[in-house]
Amino acid sequence: MYRWFILLCLFFPLLTQADAPGDVIDGARLYARHCAACHGMRGDGGVGVPLRLPDFQAGVSDAYFERTIRLGRPGRVMPAFRDLDDVEVSAIIRHVRSWAVTDAPPHDATPVRGDVKRGAGLFAKHCAVCHGAQGEGGAGTGVTFSRPRDLPVIAPALNNPGFLTAASDRMIRDTVARGRAGTPMVSFREQGFSEQDLDDVVAYMRSFGERPYDVPIDASDEPATLVFDSPHDLVTTVEALVRAAEGRNFRHIRTQTLEEGLWPEGEDDPHQVVVYFCNFEFLNRALQVDPRVGLFLPCRVTAVERDGRVQVLAINPKRLSSHYNNRELNRMCEEMYGLYVEIIEEATL
Amino acid sequence: MKRMLIGALVALLCGLSVPAFADQLMMVRSTQTFPEAMLRLQEEIKARGYSLSRVQRVDVGLTGMGYQTDLYRVVFFGKPEEIRRLSREYPQMIPYLPLKIAVFAEDGDTLLVATRPSEFARLFDDPELSGIFARWEADMDALFDAMRVAE
Repeated sequence: MYRWFILLCLFFPLLTQADAPGDVIDGARLYARHCAACHGMRGDGGVGVPLRLPDFQAGVSDAYFERTIRLGRPGRVMPAFRDLDDVEVSAIIRHVRSWAVTDAPPHDATPVRGDVKRGAGLFAKHCAVCHGAQGEGGAGTGVTFSRPRDLPVIAPALNNPGFLTAASDRMIRDTVARGRAGTPMVSFREQGFSEQDLDDVVAYMRSFGERPYDVPIDASDEPATLVFDSPHDLVTTVEALVRAAEGRNFRHIRTQTLEEGLWPEGEDDPHQVVVYFCNFEFLNRALQVDPRVGLFLPCRVTAVERDGRVQVLAINPKRLSSHYNNRELNRMCEEMYGLYVEIIEEATL
Repeated sequence: MKRMLIGALVALLCGLSVPAFADQLMMVRSTQTFPEAMLRLQEEIKARGYSLSRVQRVDVGLTGMGYQTDLYRVVFFGKPEEIRRLSREYPQMIPYLPLKIAVFAEDGDTLLVATRPSEFARLFDDPELSGIFARWEADMDALFDAMRVAE
């Protein structure tokens, strides 16, 4: 047995470093596990950008893919896959490249020199309408959920540390010059940009690194749960919560015990009461910002009576917002936090 | 000695099969249609010993108010005894109970999203809870794997 174990240990690395066909299979499996939820099983896009778009494949290098997987896009949903090793990242890239109809472009690392000030003017005139005045990108996520499906991408955030690290100057320049067929990004060479214009606008975009659009929020010191003492009994507290929510344009959805549905009727604990409420306009906006926001739904507060004392508890949206890597959602979570506090404070006054 | 060797081998293989995840959310795409995926999800939840609490029909509420939306539901589930014990011994966890999975349609596919249970360990620092969160995570991993391969 011992000899078998030694032999297995010796040969195990060889077994796990698969040959080429094995790598392709691994890449597909890894892609399905880590990427397909957002980018689609066949790379058609969704929450994430469509990776199989021929012009996208023709415009980005393997190094761009590699750095994007490693670094993600802080604040723009795409997470950083730091736990994937080099072999796994390479396998994913090979799988994604299997959709390409042309070879990856040979972008070199030569910096593009240009007039930043002049580039700023060109950017404001031609690029800001889609990419934002500060390069912050278009609103929302990809083509998913209530969005027109004829627009395959939301304009990417150029003022993003993940993008600025992943994209070389040459890649940015080529993209501005050639555009990207199948997306709203047009060829600015065809729009009349000179070679100098291209250099200047790239120099300006590169300067975003000196003035980031926003700094990631650190909510790690926020409590996970909002807890308020109520001076009222349980029934009065619940009634007050419903009134306070309705007073802030929320619709009362239902009131139920925490254990309803889990325990037979009559056996559920009547001292833990959940009030569900919803502001559909706010919900609709939130879902357009990030379809994953359903994990916050519906809005709820729980009143709990124990030993004659009543407390009201709710999630802390500010703390949970960090789970989404979505700076637009962070702002809505701040708003939601304020509403929760207002509703509970009014009910427990 | 033999048991130790077998244990070491199993640990090695398990370690290699542990998936690497990027963020605090679990997300999976099922190629099943929304109704099929909803049905399968509920079966998979029950198969792992959890009970369904209820299903929140987010899309029905939205369309009722005049908003356009794809199919969207939130499925609540848990183990009754466990939810009762946790809510009594760890009241700060109450707003996070029972567990939930958001399910929404995207063209012909269905996406499922959940908070990664191990993330709760960062919210609620307690050794006993960590064990529970690890078990939930293993169950959710298996559940999401089943949804990913479901045809």
